[in-house]
Amino acid sequence: MRMSPKGWYVVGFSVIMAICMAAFIASPSAEFGGSDGQGEEEIANIDPGYEPWFESPWSPPGETESLLFALQAAIGAVIIGYFIGNERGKKAARKKMEEANDPR
Amino acid sequence: MHIMEGFLPVEWAVFWSILSVPVVVWGFFKIRKLFAESPEMKMSVALAGAFIFVLSSLKLPSVTGSSSHPTGTGASTILHGVAITSVLCTIVLVFQALLLAHGGITTLGANIFSMGIAGPFVGWLAYRGMMRAKLGLVPTVFATAFLANFSAYIVTALQLALAFPTAGSVMTSFITFFGIFAVTQIPLAVVEGVLFIMFFDYLARTRPDLLKGKLNLRPKDSNAPVKAVEA
Repeated sequence: MRMSPKGWYVVGFSVIMAICMAAFIASPSAEFGGSDGQGEEEIANIDPGYEPWFESPWSPPGETESLLFALQAAIGAVIIGYFIGNERGKKAARKKMEEANDPR
Repeated sequence: MHIMEGFLPVEWAVFWSILSVPVVVWGFFKIRKLFAESPEMKMSVALAGAFIFVLSSLKLPSVTGSSSHPTGTGASTILHGVAITSVLCTIVLVFQALLLAHGGITTLGANIFSMGIAGPFVGWLAYRGMMRAKLGLVPTVFATAFLANFSAYIVTALQLALAFPTAGSVMTSFITFFGIFAVTQIPLAVVEGVLFIMFFDYLARTRPDLLKGKLNLRPKDSNAPVKAVEA
């Protein structure tokens, strides 16, 4: 028995969901600081005298940062959505044309 | 994976930039040539870039109590190779450095090298090897995406260790940094692998022309009525 592609997608997204949820369950108090920040702390441990020699010219406040991260994801999601929608539309149009050319 | 602004000493910042610039320039010319020769590939490049945009913005909590993000470079590596991937990563990293204060201008070279060059290159090696071994879509895509992500973090740990050796030992520092990044990255690299398997499976069924010559697709996978596109 072969599973349909849709069935496989359900399995795939379930695996992704499970891993994400497992991460939350394994460390419910995890902050969204990013391991980048932890690397920064480690540098301070290794070399307490190190001073960052350049600062970001502009650093958004927390809320704005989340907004901009969401914006970044949205830009990508729009392109992927456009592609999938476009292919779906093309497929439907093709089917319609085939039906029109081949009346039974 | 992003090394924060100012957190690499000047000489290392310069060193990684010198390594990165030629690849990005090469990638830029490759994109120009690709678009000039086959404008229909624009969508494919945009799509590969879109995945990098989405995935690198998603921060997930990880088992160590910190969080980290996927890189999303696997699709681009398979579809367009390392050089073009490095250009797409540069766009994302500049966006994040300027608008989000995530990463930085001074560490841009190092971040491009880890995320956009070294990671995709290791992924690409795996992809080529598995293609030669005539392996199927699922293991090939998974390994490429997993390694493109994971290697980026190994290289970041190495970059930090080289710049900040613990009492003169690069190795000790490497293990410390690698410990931070590696554990958080394994679940994310798996997530990325699974996601790209689904995406490439979708492509194989809807747009096999975009995967021409890639992933050992059997002819039966490409029976969709798609106009032949000369590469």
